[in-house]
Amino acid sequence: MGIQPPLNAVLMRNLIEAAQYIQDHPVHFYHLHALDWVDVVSALKADPGGTAELAQSISDWPLSGKSYFAGVQNKLKAFVESGQLGPFANGYWGHSAYKLPPEANLMAVAHYLEALDWQRDIIRIHAVLGGKNPHLQTYVVGGMTMAIDLNSQTALNANRIALLKKLFTKAKTFIEQVYIPDLLAVASFYKNWAAIGEGLGNYLAYGDFPQSAVDPTTDPSSLYLPRGYILGKDLSTVHEVDHKKIAEYVSRSWYDYAGGDGASLHPWDGETTPNYSGPKPPYDFLTTDAKYSWLKSPRYDGHAMEVGPLARMLVAYASGHESVKEKVDIALKKLDVGPEILFSTLGRTAARGIETWVLAETALKWLDDLIANIKRGDVAVHNGAKWDPATWPKEAQGVGFTEAPRGALGHWVKIKDGAIEHYQCVVPSTWNGGPRDASGQPGAYESALVGTPIADEENPLEVLRTIHSFDPCMACAAHILDAEGREVTRIKVQ
Amino acid sequence: MTAEKITLGQGLQKRGVSRRSFLKFCGAMTAALALPARYTSRIAEAVETKPRPPLLWLEYQDCAGNTESLLRASQPTVAQLVLDVLSVDYHETIMAPAGHQAEKSLRDTMEKYKGQYIVVVEGSIPTKDDGVYCTIGGRTALDLVKDIGGSAAAVIAAGTCAAYGGLPAAAPDPTGAVGVSKVLSTVPILNLPGCPMNVINLTATVVHYLTFGELPAVDQFGRPLFAYGERIHDHCERRAHYDAGQYAEAWGDEGHRKGWCLYKMGCKGPETYHNCPVVRWNEGTNWPIGAGHGCAGCAEPGFWDSMTPFYRRLPNTPGFGVETSADKVGLGVVAGVTGAFTMHGLVSAMRATGEPLAEHETINKEENTDG
Repeated sequence: MGIQPPLNAVLMRNLIEAAQYIQDHPVHFYHLHALDWVDVVSALKADPGGTAELAQSISDWPLSGKSYFAGVQNKLKAFVESGQLGPFANGYWGHSAYKLPPEANLMAVAHYLEALDWQRDIIRIHAVLGGKNPHLQTYVVGGMTMAIDLNSQTALNANRIALLKKLFTKAKTFIEQVYIPDLLAVASFYKNWAAIGEGLGNYLAYGDFPQSAVDPTTDPSSLYLPRGYILGKDLSTVHEVDHKKIAEYVSRSWYDYAGGDGASLHPWDGETTPNYSGPKPPYDFLTTDAKYSWLKSPRYDGHAMEVGPLARMLVAYASGHESVKEKVDIALKKLDVGPEILFSTLGRTAARGIETWVLAETALKWLDDLIANIKRGDVAVHNGAKWDPATWPKEAQGVGFTEAPRGALGHWVKIKDGAIEHYQCVVPSTWNGGPRDASGQPGAYESALVGTPIADEENPLEVLRTIHSFDPCMACAAHILDAEGREVTRIKVQ
Repeated sequence: MTAEKITLGQGLQKRGVSRRSFLKFCGAMTAALALPARYTSRIAEAVETKPRPPLLWLEYQDCAGNTESLLRASQPTVAQLVLDVLSVDYHETIMAPAGHQAEKSLRDTMEKYKGQYIVVVEGSIPTKDDGVYCTIGGRTALDLVKDIGGSAAAVIAAGTCAAYGGLPAAAPDPTGAVGVSKVLSTVPILNLPGCPMNVINLTATVVHYLTFGELPAVDQFGRPLFAYGERIHDHCERRAHYDAGQYAEAWGDEGHRKGWCLYKMGCKGPETYHNCPVVRWNEGTNWPIGAGHGCAGCAEPGFWDSMTPFYRRLPNTPGFGVETSADKVGLGVVAGVTGAFTMHGLVSAMRATGEPLAEHETINKEENTDG
């Protein structure tokens, strides 16, 4: 319907979304993924002096003294001695796939704890602009509800702008001095993971962060992170995305299509008719020969695609994005490897860090842009021309593209007589975690697990590394992971 | 030192938490629980001498929003809460092990602490078609929540989905999603609705449980009175504008910029009971109305359907002069909760210590002034 939010709203959305990436990616790295690489128990054996030396050699971060790390180690010791290991109980401690020396493990444990405090502070950016996190309330069709008025104590004023500046600066410092050095230090011990977990080799990004008041779905030129897709790891060509080429299969999903299991449907014509045909719970295994998932299988022009930070960074890198290129090259140089290592489990985890680094810098620029626009006297936050549904045409249809931390996110809607008639979302973890399609083509998770070496089939830590490298949306996909992860492991073992 | 003997107080001490910040934490909990300030010492005593309670966190039809909220805990911090205050033995999102090893953590705690562990449920439970819409390790959420919750000391339903079904239960409710209390009745269940729940209320509930040995008193929807006893509307910073008939009429108009009442923009504050305006979010940084957006009514049973359309003004509170009809709704609910209040929790705790019974009537009023 051509509703264009004003520039202030566009910039506030960029700030909110950048803050989301900047907070979410480190939480993933330190709290949801690090324990796949870091042996917490081994940190007890570390020499805190050695840890201090290591920390000081890779970063200027001030919390790097011997006594600081000795204190962390003592706390860890007391925790382990309590006998109540809580979330760390039954971890894979001592597994042969852990490669970090005790000193590096201790540094990582210290930063695990620091990041826990850091993330809850910096996400206050969302509270400033959207009332609360999670689930902030300020997005409305046509703009934002966060009013701007330098002379009001209830709107975005100098007070709140100062807090935003402080929090974004704090975020950038931590990312530059802790997250990125840690990522590169850990990666240097796991370079063999640059050859594991490649998967599809096809990458899709819708792009994100419009920098001017234009509709990015129809005009992607203003997007800071570009739109495009890459096929077969060929970085020489970034193809143009056409949403009409997206379609979903239910061949291995517990849904019925009127046109049968061989059919694929564009989201505007999508059908969601659940029909469970799996084993009666409780069950031990699902079989990939029959339907085995509540996720559908989205395909782009028939291709299974990987979405997420790696897809975004590869599309940006191949498109010649200056900041992305600079930071990818710094990382590759420090690790003394070539760009081919990006197509891997390690590459996926590294791309997430590089993206955080890029956005932490750029978010401060968007904040400056917002300040400059307010300075010009523009306080508009909302375009209300179509706020009243009575102004809508009798029938309309639309598509919205954005990126979430986990990848490309699309919504398709049809409106009739002022009400939603049809709505379909194709979300990132559906692209990555969806089952096989009518031709048996697997999705990104399944494909990336093929060929994963497993040292101990009872403790398949290696499978977790690759699955976690996608940052799966556990809420949606947990049921796939458990059963599916085991199934794939078993195939490999045979 | 055995596991059972490590207390929360010792745990904090071992991790270098000073006595001063420990008492500060107890003071914050006293305030969150809407208790008079002199209860701080009792909370400190209880917290210091009780063992770390094992907690099993179960996720079903959810978005992990309540897990994210847990990670925002500031008093105590999430690190202290997860590692020192509680023993979080099972939480799919944050725990180190997966698959069989994670199941082992769950079973170990269920066996060792049968009848003593706390369960937190996040997300609704699908009941249609024998619950096939949510399975973990081949078992349905319905089966799991009955099994794990059934042997708990208490169950806390975190967030509106676990409390009442929430978003998954919205029409047409394809999976028959319900809250925990619809499928489990043998153990005490407390609802902490909100989308998500505010973690300060979870922490306060745990501390209340440790201090008084039972869950706090609740209203007829199972929500603790300390957090859901009063209306958003009655503590709203924009209330004076409502009474004065000053309303925002469009996003970004002069009234909106000046912080006028959001009633005409669809605010559900007049029908929502939550301590949102008092404790706020993210370390007291802000709350939705502070971002110029009306209350969405996310802590009420029936959210989502009963609160949508979000931007249409409440039908029974038409404009200025609505006091009577808005407050009639409120009075009905207050009458209900008073009955529950006199029967439970704090009152019986006070009886046991010989404190005057009449005092409970002023408890909420006294402490809510600090917001």
